[in-house]
Amino acid sequence: MKIVKIIALILLVVFVVIQFVPTERNQSDVIPKSDFVMVNKPPKNVSMILQESCYDCHSNNTDYPWYNKIQPVAWFLEDHIKEGKAELNFNEWDSLSSRRKSSKLRSIIKQIESGEMPLYSYTLIHRDAILSTSEKELVINYMKQIKDSLQ
Amino acid sequence: MKKARVTTAIMAMALVSLTAMSCKDSKNEESAAPMSSEMHQENVSDKSDETAMNDEQNSDAKQVLADYMALKNALVATNKEDAAKAGKKLESSLNSFDVSSYTSEEQTELKDIIADAKEHAEHIGKSEMDHQREHFKTLSKDILDMVAITGTETTLYQQFCPMYDGGSAWLSMEKEIKNPYYGSKMMACGKVQKEIN
Repeated sequence: MKIVKIIALILLVVFVVIQFVPTERNQSDVIPKSDFVMVNKPPKNVSMILQESCYDCHSNNTDYPWYNKIQPVAWFLEDHIKEGKAELNFNEWDSLSSRRKSSKLRSIIKQIESGEMPLYSYTLIHRDAILSTSEKELVINYMKQIKDSLQ
Repeated sequence: MKKARVTTAIMAMALVSLTAMSCKDSKNEESAAPMSSEMHQENVSDKSDETAMNDEQNSDAKQVLADYMALKNALVATNKEDAAKAGKKLESSLNSFDVSSYTSEEQTELKDIIADAKEHAEHIGKSEMDHQREHFKTLSKDILDMVAITGTETTLYQQFCPMYDGGSAWLSMEKEIKNPYYGSKMMACGKVQKEIN
């Protein structure tokens, strides 16, 4: 039984130690003027959906779940958010040229249509981020409208 | 007795690592190495405004066009691997595109086009066929706009397929239609819209 104890102890120590590794938190109190919602002023029901289902990974402010305080979960979340923001950051929407906005809107529409976004691994835990068929339609139509108004 | 102990130890280890893993799986399905992710953040290198001769300029645009054509041919052949390779190649050519010999207005426009095209090329480098084709559509628009600024030595044909995604254009060096959006499924679907010299 000695070996078991030693291994358990090592694992425990590792687990405790990684808790002290700092992670970058994606949080900000300011909503910049370039924010998608600030610029486009979508109807309330659309902006609520964006906030609930998209902004955690696609903005500078994540509404963190409690388990983010535990490693290694925090690392995975951090990575996800970084990747999400690199693809699309709604907070910096207006800094994009209309060419790039149009490209992003096309991707947004395609990915919501195909159910690729919001990510399954995200909705698995964030059940309220799941988009119903009518919500999808609402967002897609809105995005199409924005895209058409660009040209 | 010793064997039993070792077995118990292994079982315990497996259990603990499984618990840890299941947590990981549910949170993240694609990124394996979170720590290294900082490394591959793309470096938007600021283009220096020095030393660029005119023929170098042309060769940059030419290279982009050549890579685009390789990509288009891979899509015509419905070859995902080749398309991905061509996408990556195009991405790096776009990265090294030196715009400094153009007028400042053209530079702004070109930088915008390049930034957009780079993103599409990057996605084509890592996506499935249908995604590659989706990105190819917008990419084609970018390249078309680029050519409007840089000009082209070879004659290009702007071709158009009315069926794909509400109508989609692409560029080719041959007049004959070979459809990159459908490949062999509808190889001859489309028409020449414009000849660009």
